[in-house]
Amino acid sequence: MRADCVYCRMLLSAILVFTLTSDRSRADDVADSIKLLQSVEPGGKGTGIARHAVESLASSGAMLPVLKGFKGSSPLAVNWLRNAFEEIVTAENAASKSLPVEELKGFIADRSESPIARRLAYETLRDQDAAIEAQLIPDMLLDPSAEFRRDAVAKLINEAAAAEAAAATPIYQKAMSGAVHEDQVKQIAEALRKNGETVNIQKHFGFLSQWMVIGPFDNKEEKGFAVAYTPETTAAEGKPLDPAVEYDGQLGKVKWQAVVTEDDYGVLDIAKQIQNYKGSLMYASTSWKSDRDQNVEVRLGTPNAWKLWVNGKLVFEREEYHRSSAMDQYKVPVSLKAGENVLLLKVCQNEQTQDWAQKYQFQLRVCDSTGSAVLPVSTTAKNDVSSGENR
Amino acid sequence: MKRIILGTSVLAALAACDSSFAADWRQFRGNAANSVAVGESLPTELSGETIAWKTPLPGRGLSGPIIIGDKVFVSSSSGYGQDRLHVVCVNAESGEQAWQRQFDATGRTMTHDKMCNATPTMASDGERVYAFFSSNDLICLDMQGKLQWFRGLGSEFPNASNSLGMSSSPVVIGSTVVVQVESDAEAFACGVDTVSGETKWQIERPRAANWTSPSVLPATNDQPALALLQSSKGLTAVDPETGKIVWNFEKGASTIPSATVSDGAIVIPSNGLTAIRPSGEKFEELWNSAGLSPSTPSPVVIDGMAYVMNNAGVLSAGNTSTGERVWQLRLKGSFSSTPIAAGGYLYAFNESGTAFVVKPEADKGIVISELDLAETILCSPGASNGGLYVRSDQHLIKLANRK
Repeated sequence: MRADCVYCRMLLSAILVFTLTSDRSRADDVADSIKLLQSVEPGGKGTGIARHAVESLASSGAMLPVLKGFKGSSPLAVNWLRNAFEEIVTAENAASKSLPVEELKGFIADRSESPIARRLAYETLRDQDAAIEAQLIPDMLLDPSAEFRRDAVAKLINEAAAAEAAAATPIYQKAMSGAVHEDQVKQIAEALRKNGETVNIQKHFGFLSQWMVIGPFDNKEEKGFAVAYTPETTAAEGKPLDPAVEYDGQLGKVKWQAVVTEDDYGVLDIAKQIQNYKGSLMYASTSWKSDRDQNVEVRLGTPNAWKLWVNGKLVFEREEYHRSSAMDQYKVPVSLKAGENVLLLKVCQNEQTQDWAQKYQFQLRVCDSTGSAVLPVSTTAKNDVSSGENR
Repeated sequence: MKRIILGTSVLAALAACDSSFAADWRQFRGNAANSVAVGESLPTELSGETIAWKTPLPGRGLSGPIIIGDKVFVSSSSGYGQDRLHVVCVNAESGEQAWQRQFDATGRTMTHDKMCNATPTMASDGERVYAFFSSNDLICLDMQGKLQWFRGLGSEFPNASNSLGMSSSPVVIGSTVVVQVESDAEAFACGVDTVSGETKWQIERPRAANWTSPSVLPATNDQPALALLQSSKGLTAVDPETGKIVWNFEKGASTIPSATVSDGAIVIPSNGLTAIRPSGEKFEELWNSAGLSPSTPSPVVIDGMAYVMNNAGVLSAGNTSTGERVWQLRLKGSFSSTPIAAGGYLYAFNESGTAFVVKPEADKGIVISELDLAETILCSPGASNGGLYVRSDQHLIKLANRK
């Protein structure tokens, strides 16, 4: 009997060691496959290896490790990881296995994880149990995921719309604190203004409203886009803007002039506020004070060709005229330094004569990746219903 | 070169003999990109009875369905910023969703309200499917939905976008997916390897907004199949293996409806409609007709007649020998969708969702039946094995005769 027990213990130990080793090996395989997907490169290179990695992960059941792999991965890698996750779910469903509900809920609640991965986990759970929407969404108002925020804001808008006017106002104000999408902000602002509240949409979105503008410079036959006029060479040299200096413009001497937009959505309308000089270009400059080094998005809307410099460095340029204009039309990732940052925008008008080709304008804001305003340190959020809560 | 010609000819011959290929609808405007459903017999008396099934879709799309064997594939886009990309596979018989895969756009997703990210129609070589989006994300999946490769052409070439949206649908020729990515700010065309996803070639294109799709000039005994790339400058024939330009038609062309090939001739939306006949590295201009001017839908050419639709929903028929306009028929509404021809009939869908069956005769066109599907339809339909497939902004719909 005793010998049997020793034998049993040895056997159990062997099984345990095998199982642990096997588990460790499997975990290593999963980690290796995830790393392979994270290192996939643009241009279609290495996709054969990525395919094998997905194949390997598909039967692993490793939902959580794959979701965690989204964090910090490139947009391309995220798509491979998403496909791996979907393959795992497909395989688990085919094997009639249950989802690891509590683990997925814990992952969704962890705001340090990738917003895309958290949303994927949420939608996977929601497909099986619609009740989690009511459980999770109300707490997502200030979530780093714009999609979660949108759902939470929509829920509050519906609540406010069903309430009496006096009771609706604080609900709308709460909704506004999380709103990052134009349609929802418009809807909320309209309701609040109807109830007599002041709403500062400009500040809510982080639009820059005070600019120094100079021009017109020549852009006949759209040639000025490629010409570096003095304001941009000066900016590239890191020299400060001097409002006293005159430059040779398209129609004579020009100087920097202060232009302010009162438009809710920060539209600075050159055609209306200055003049629609056909075949011309203007420069607009402003400064933005940051309390630290930080990465932000500069979001721009304009129907005109444009170039953008931040602290003298060209960050993007686009030569397209009159193919529509919208808020957040372009999203440019930008690194800001602590202290004053100088933004210089070149806006070009061409000579098209059609009615729909007469706009000469831009709107520009600074925000994070959810679209939530990032305000400069000097800005006070007076009259902003979302003050202190929109981050 | 001879080996390529021989190889392509053999492939073409095999394809011609392969009945499953013939029954498929593998890309925008069908296998030959000419909107003709060869050998198909579709319902001519449309009614509620002919709606075989309607399957809900996860997002909007102007992309049309493609059909490979018993599977129907369609793309959609969803989300506030249209950045969620969907590829859906549906069983052709039952209408049940077989699988769906989602991705995140890596390029710009902004489009005109009427368009959306899922505007280009998918393509297939029968083994894989290729989904392309306005964000210039080009995604290859196998028939079970496993990702084969992913090209973020929008992030690789961030200025190659159009704020109104991109709509060019890819075509597959041999082992190459041919895509046109053309905008005011940057424009190129490229050939992507169907298996690896790597770029075989890339050529600069006229820098101007362009919503047309590549067409296919089938292989002959003398020449391999060519990709036909249209732009405001004209039409360029390109070797799909190398990107080498074979010939150039330089009289300008539309940037919305695409060229159509029929019986070795090419009908180009150029100064109305212009027909050319290519031969080797040259082409001969056959005729030009200002009276046949397509708007958004591309021309359909079959049985010696060219059919074009204008902005007012007027269907015009022209003689392909002379370019002379023969008759006109006013349909109701506006059309974004290119009609298809099958079994001696034309099938057209207007934007408000009414389907028309038109019997084209020598001197007139007759509306045989119509059916109001009451949903926005902007895509071009597909046809396979007796089924007419169309997608609305809400559903994938199959029209077929009851068995």
